[in-house]
Amino acid sequence: MTAATATVDAPRRTFTGSIKRSRRWALYSSYFFLILFAIFFLVPPYYQLVTATKTSEQISNQTTNPWLPALTASAEGLNPGGENASKASLAVKSNAGESWMPAALQGAWANVTQLMTTTDFPIYFRNTAIVTVLVVIVTMLIAVPAAFSLGRMRFWGSGILATGVFLTYLVPDSLLFIPLFKVVGGLGLLNSYWGLVLVYPTLSVPFCTWIMIGYFQSIPKELDEAALIDGANYLQMLFKIFIPVALPGVIAATIFAFTVSWAAFVYPMAFIYSSDQLVLTAGTITSLVKADVYQWGMIMTAALIAAAPPLVIYAFLMDYYIAGLTAGATKG
Amino acid sequence: MANVALRKVVKKYDRTEAVRGIDLDIADKEFIVLVGPSGCGKSTTLRMIAGLEEVTDGEIFIGGDLVNDVPPKDRDIAMVFQNYALYPHMTVFENMSFGLRLKKYPKPEIKSRVENAARILGITELLERRPRQLSGGQRQRVAMGRAIVRNPKVFLFDEPLSNLDAKLRVQMRTEIKKVHQTVKTTTVYVTHDQVEAMTLADRVVVMNAGVIEQLGTPQELYHSPRTRFVAGFIGSPAMNFVPCTLTEATGGGLSARLGAGLSFNIPASRTQRYKPFVGRELIFGLRPEHMIEVRGERRPDCQEFGVTVDVVEPMGMETMVFFLVDGTEVCARVNPAAAGQPGQQMRLVAELGNMHLIDPQTDAVI
Repeated sequence: MTAATATVDAPRRTFTGSIKRSRRWALYSSYFFLILFAIFFLVPPYYQLVTATKTSEQISNQTTNPWLPALTASAEGLNPGGENASKASLAVKSNAGESWMPAALQGAWANVTQLMTTTDFPIYFRNTAIVTVLVVIVTMLIAVPAAFSLGRMRFWGSGILATGVFLTYLVPDSLLFIPLFKVVGGLGLLNSYWGLVLVYPTLSVPFCTWIMIGYFQSIPKELDEAALIDGANYLQMLFKIFIPVALPGVIAATIFAFTVSWAAFVYPMAFIYSSDQLVLTAGTITSLVKADVYQWGMIMTAALIAAAPPLVIYAFLMDYYIAGLTAGATKG
Repeated sequence: MANVALRKVVKKYDRTEAVRGIDLDIADKEFIVLVGPSGCGKSTTLRMIAGLEEVTDGEIFIGGDLVNDVPPKDRDIAMVFQNYALYPHMTVFENMSFGLRLKKYPKPEIKSRVENAARILGITELLERRPRQLSGGQRQRVAMGRAIVRNPKVFLFDEPLSNLDAKLRVQMRTEIKKVHQTVKTTTVYVTHDQVEAMTLADRVVVMNAGVIEQLGTPQELYHSPRTRFVAGFIGSPAMNFVPCTLTEATGGGLSARLGAGLSFNIPASRTQRYKPFVGRELIFGLRPEHMIEVRGERRPDCQEFGVTVDVVEPMGMETMVFFLVDGTEVCARVNPAAAGQPGQQMRLVAELGNMHLIDPQTDAVI
């Protein structure tokens, strides 16, 4: 067989695509799935927002579309709180028909004023803020040095300890709350938000430590050697080099600790029972759900207001949550 | 300013012995280069001097003081790392002054020291920038600046030029030499690049497998290597090694038979030295630059021989010619105009005054 025949016999290579085309398809499919996910995740908050603008009467009205805001003000009144109606809501009620406010805003305003004046929502909010700030402080005070020592100061058993820290995070709070109830009770902290300040770090510290171990380990080891030679001790190294360089990790951990504390539900339900000590999650449920009566308008309003601080925190801190802060430290 | 001394220094990691009892005396203001292949223990030795690695056995002295248990910050040393290790969140000024600020130096002194170092290194205009805004060469200058401002007893360099491109490496090499001539501090410099070692060092320490193979000036190492390893490691391209048999020639001289067709007459000055090895299988060593094209004039201890060119590598100012001697590839460094084509016959001259004979049993140069 000659070389010429061999060439003819060889299977011909065909090029059916191009880099440009496959990139376009990758983009199309990315957009498709991203939009799908966005819709999936935005539907519940949307429904929450719409419901928060309605009175109980409008919510229970079967003839209107529950997915759309009310177009006309409630004829019966904007008094979802029943006999506890406040002056503010009465003022809105008396002008219901001819108010300058759109119906949806009237409903929302009524829900907010009801929530603030007829329930202990402001107390829950204050308690949650106190507990969360303290938990974030406690968490960071424990997790940052723990992560630094486990991640950077090689010592016997540090690897196993680091894994152990993470494993404790995997134990769900629904399993822990009974033994913790005994602990908190033994310390005389039942029915006090100080008990929550004590137990929330059991959830936040392990995970925050784990996140920061990863961040600290990603910092080139020459950086701490350079700091050692420059005369820094371990504390100076931590505060002057590691925390600034691993700031994205510290912020991620802070956001996590904040979220854990702000949204915790099982522990406050189990440990707190008087309304002056309750926090948002448990307080909203206990005060707005009475037997089988759900005050949906106010529940949704409470949930929206409660979601605002985490949203604000995310919005502010995300600006600093930038990867690649270590750029330039070593050869890049 | 200080001298550095290592006495029987050993470093073990579990069962691996990275450094096996080395002794080294570094004089005050001397520029010493530790050179060797990867894993030879040169970086470990440097890190032990720095205090970043504990010494398993032996003693290290800086300025006459035993420093085995002294933490790095109290050794009065400064180190420049291969990957710069600049603090990314600090400006160049803050990076350079970090050590001084920790030691609570007065602000005006910090400023003047940083500015002085910046002037020496030509980075005055970069003082307000952050490391990510600098090029590789500028970052390495900042790393050197950070070392200079401390005015330490000893400078330690851990392969500082390895991350730079070839052109910048040559430029920075000169910079480092200039800095040493200006600040005159005892310097220990680690590299795997023998050209860097030769160009920078007052004395070079060639390390292999955790021990010092040879310590000497660049010229000593080049002309009088003590072992086959040093002979092969120093010089680029590397020295040619061809198995040979030492025989007694007629007239009392010696000759080295390299395979069937080639035999070199040993210079008379070496006869006494090599005589005990007559009849032995040895290794003949000659650098490529000592095999050149025939230039007409007859010089002492030179011998002409013919080869068949295998591969030709033009380098511009010179050309490498590769050929086989008894199955071993040999390289000669010739004038580009004289280089033949692959497959052609060519006449070369071996400058036998520069030859070496190596005992394959001990790998020692005879």
